[in-house]
Amino acid sequence: MVDEGLLSWLRLLLPWEPLWPLIATFMLVLAIYVRGLGRRSQLSDMPGALGFLTGLAMMYAVMQTHLDYLAQYMFFVHRGQHLVLHHLGPFLIALSAPSAVLAAGSPNWLRAAWQRLAGSLPVRAIYRVVQQPVIAGLLFVGLIYFWLIPSVHFDAMLNARYYWLMNLSMAIDGLLFWWLMLDPRPPGATPVTRGIGVRIAVLCAVMPPQILLGAWIALSRDVIFDVYAVCGRAWPISPMVDQQLGGLLTWIPAAMMSVLATLVLLRLHFRNERARRSPTPYPATSEAL
Amino acid sequence: MNTRPLRLISLLFLVAGLTACGESEPPWRGHDITGVMPELAYNLVDENSELVSAGAYADNIRLLFFGFTHCPDICPVTLGRLKAAIATLEPAQRERIRVLFISVDPERDPPAVLRRYTDNFGERFIGMTGSQAQLRELTKRYRVTYGYGEKDKNGFYPVSHSSAVFVFDPQGNARLLFNQSLTVTDIAADLERLIDAGATVETRAKGRKAVAQAATGAGTANYP
Repeated sequence: MVDEGLLSWLRLLLPWEPLWPLIATFMLVLAIYVRGLGRRSQLSDMPGALGFLTGLAMMYAVMQTHLDYLAQYMFFVHRGQHLVLHHLGPFLIALSAPSAVLAAGSPNWLRAAWQRLAGSLPVRAIYRVVQQPVIAGLLFVGLIYFWLIPSVHFDAMLNARYYWLMNLSMAIDGLLFWWLMLDPRPPGATPVTRGIGVRIAVLCAVMPPQILLGAWIALSRDVIFDVYAVCGRAWPISPMVDQQLGGLLTWIPAAMMSVLATLVLLRLHFRNERARRSPTPYPATSEAL
Repeated sequence: MNTRPLRLISLLFLVAGLTACGESEPPWRGHDITGVMPELAYNLVDENSELVSAGAYADNIRLLFFGFTHCPDICPVTLGRLKAAIATLEPAQRERIRVLFISVDPERDPPAVLRRYTDNFGERFIGMTGSQAQLRELTKRYRVTYGYGEKDKNGFYPVSHSSAVFVFDPQGNARLLFNQSLTVTDIAADLERLIDAGATVETRAKGRKAVAQAATGAGTANYP
């Protein structure tokens, strides 16, 4: 009996719809990161490692465990899934500033290939455009709105290909956005390392549209997303309760992330200022967290 | 004055306009799922306790609906709407349609119960159910699900299930999804159009004789 119970719990860890390239990517990143930690063997990497691995595990869990099943058949779980994919997971990953550890863990061929790719003109041009603060902010909010247009949402939940396009676009945009926002290097260090003030302005600008959307969903008197009735819910729950919970998840935690990021940026600003004034440079390794 | 270029241009516009009109078919009333969902496939037990697969009722337009007989609202309303829509069709057209009511509550819906239930809606309605594994496989195939609520003191429990009707053409291809917003007229219009389209395809393939046979013979062969 115990074994049976354990087995059913373990089954929850299996993907509902396995996406092998995605699983392989996660495993590769994990292996490289752990190898990098081992090679550097610096105690100061540990807080960053905690953030990075938590973020990575969360993003994996919402896409490739039983949570994905629930996200397909419950609106509020779906909103939680996007909160992790677009906000929480990428936030933790960007906050951990994993570049140094990932570089240390990469095999030479991969590092060379990455440098070639990142150095190529079209990639650099596209990256600069999507990381332009106004465009990045518009993309960040625009994607949330786009996938919540009722007819678009309907197709995304019914069509397996659109479903994965939706989730992966949210994950990638989340990584780009928080990478831009939480870049620990001093402003101006690279063409896309923006000033702290600009970043805080973007963080403030993306808050009201998310609050508005979340409030509209949570306070609506009608069912907006009928695809969950069409597909059936994971367990019997009132459609209105499902929608209200989903609205609250879009409304409050999403906006809270902007506030949290602003605090992180203020801390970064004070640290940069101190480093600029003091004759001894601030140790680079503490940029991990 | 030479008007030839002008005439040529207006002729081009006319041709372009005509082609555009010819290409655009009117939209379906239901949601078009052609190519989005896989073709019909299942292994279940029907209301006569016989094992059935998607080969049964082939050559019929099949309407797949997931529900349970203790359903207080969505199931009777949906099946009632389908019954009313089918009733508006010509007798020969009705013969081309099968509604497969698939119970996702096999515990309370053994074949005999299903049969009594579907008989309320007419002979075009067939009840089916299966093991949890069979039902999970089938629902996952069409990206729908179901779940059970807590039992109350009378042993009654609610079941969450899909509210949509999946429509398959005689070849078993997924074609349309009817959701709750469609009226009886909408459903009848789409069914009629599908039947006509199927008839055209078959006329080309087998000739009119085959159509007549399918309409009168094959449609009722499996039903007692």
